[in-house]
Amino acid sequence: MRIQALIIRILRQFIHDKRSLALMIVAPMLILTLMSLVFNGKTYEPDIAVVDVSDAILTKLEANDANIVEYTSSEAEQALKNAEIDAIFRMEDGKPSVMLEGSDPSVNKSVILLLQKIAQDLSPAAGIMEPNITFLHGSQDMAAFDNFGPVLVGFFVFFFVFLVSGIAFLRERTGGTLERLLATPLRRWELVAGYLAGFGIFTMIQAALIAWFAINVLHMMMAGSFFFVLLITLLMAMTALTLGTFLSAFANNEFQMIQFIPLIVVPQVFFSGLFNMDTMAEWLQWIGVVMPLTYGADALRDIMIRGGGWPDIAVDVYVLVGFSLFFIIANVLALRKHRKI
Amino acid sequence: MAEHSECIRIEHVGKSFGEKVVLKDISLQVSHSEIFGLLGPSGAGKTTLVKMIAGIDMATSGAVYVLGGKMPKLDIMGQLGYMSQSDALYGELTALENLEFFGALYGLKGKPCRKRIMEVMELVNLSGELKKQVSNYSGGMKRRLSLAIAMLHQPQILILDEPTVGIDPVLRKSIWEELNLLSKEGTAILLTTHVMDEADKCHRLGMIRNGELIALGTPDALKQETGSANIEDAFLTYGGVRA
Repeated sequence: MRIQALIIRILRQFIHDKRSLALMIVAPMLILTLMSLVFNGKTYEPDIAVVDVSDAILTKLEANDANIVEYTSSEAEQALKNAEIDAIFRMEDGKPSVMLEGSDPSVNKSVILLLQKIAQDLSPAAGIMEPNITFLHGSQDMAAFDNFGPVLVGFFVFFFVFLVSGIAFLRERTGGTLERLLATPLRRWELVAGYLAGFGIFTMIQAALIAWFAINVLHMMMAGSFFFVLLITLLMAMTALTLGTFLSAFANNEFQMIQFIPLIVVPQVFFSGLFNMDTMAEWLQWIGVVMPLTYGADALRDIMIRGGGWPDIAVDVYVLVGFSLFFIIANVLALRKHRKI
Repeated sequence: MAEHSECIRIEHVGKSFGEKVVLKDISLQVSHSEIFGLLGPSGAGKTTLVKMIAGIDMATSGAVYVLGGKMPKLDIMGQLGYMSQSDALYGELTALENLEFFGALYGLKGKPCRKRIMEVMELVNLSGELKKQVSNYSGGMKRRLSLAIAMLHQPQILILDEPTVGIDPVLRKSIWEELNLLSKEGTAILLTTHVMDEADKCHRLGMIRNGELIALGTPDALKQETGSANIEDAFLTYGGVRA
């Protein structure tokens, strides 16, 4: 009897909390869908620029599912720098040479494999076609971790700040302290600013420790400036904080806050560049545009792998600042629900 | 101050949340040095009314004036002391840290703040517990700390929502002595209660039932008018339960 009563009570609680119910069914579906989109994409077709290559090789390259563009040497090098292409294939003193962009080991591998295949096709006997391989960024030793490491650094900062700040703000509301704060002369924007500053200091320490750990303990590749890494992680934390506190207005308890993880945080992992997006349908790639993590991850990669400086990350910085400002305003407005002035 | 001795004036205030009407046409005034009690069962609308006076909530109709200004107004809110029904405290902080935080919100800092903290904690008999984490406080201790925070910045008006719930009779007596002392010094005190014997200690009472102000006057006048021996009977008479 008592067990039955318990069962009924639990089921009733679920029925009353339709949101949690829906989440438990919809969220796994969503994540599985995302994973299938990411992992079931077409095989990667590398973008290769060719400079002064014989027609025979050209037709072979095209037959082997590579996107080929013909460039002059300087055009090709510029495109490689901008990461518009994956590799340059050219003849130097009668010997083929390949320069790889190098920041993604899986792309490197697919380019090298393709060229080896062609070399074998053309002259199976002799190894004269074996190209000389050089890297613009990274090296042959670069592990996959070096490639997605910077994304992970950004992700963890984003994820934990999102969760911790969201729950802290939620507690403020459910615990009655928010109401108590609003009974003081504290202005709404002051409350938001206070949270930003408080968490900002905390995040500076967090970001510095994570970045230090990744670079010095895990020996993650680090070609650029540590200061820029801190700047980007701090900006990501600000975005996560403002987004987290804003979304906490739509959660009634801690559990509902947790429910935002599969909805808001996990999708960003898939679209932020942790997985190669070039194999995804074009419209899917656009989803990444609205996700803060995309910009943070892009900037961190530029800094840590490619040794990029301010010109390389400026756009990402502006976008992250824009996201933060947008959510700050949203926060101040959401607080109107609790006090009009 | 004497020229407008009224410091809270509520004019035909109504409040509804969507279709649900919580308060209907309430008018009352509270003067300086007065202890005014809002008496009524839980759910009667006391807290909603108190929140409008404190400036957190806004009336749907009518107006609330506090210290001559129409609420909500931030600079007037700085002159109010508010104690909410739920203990709005940060459990992970110590009592001292809580007091310092709220003190800072009202512009108190340094030595004067420290001195004031000692005074109010003495008052609520918690001086020895300053360094203790609030999550380790008992219910009554949290209530007393909330009261201490409300009094911290020496506000002209104290708004206390159910201030003595869970406080033992000895301490309740000493808190009432303190409230009387504050009122003699000119502080207006507005409190809510559903404890009838506590209502007797107020200078004036407003009885609220189902969002309506059913009676207003001194405890003695209310008892006399209804011919009741105590406030509880008077409340029942006004509520129409007893003829």
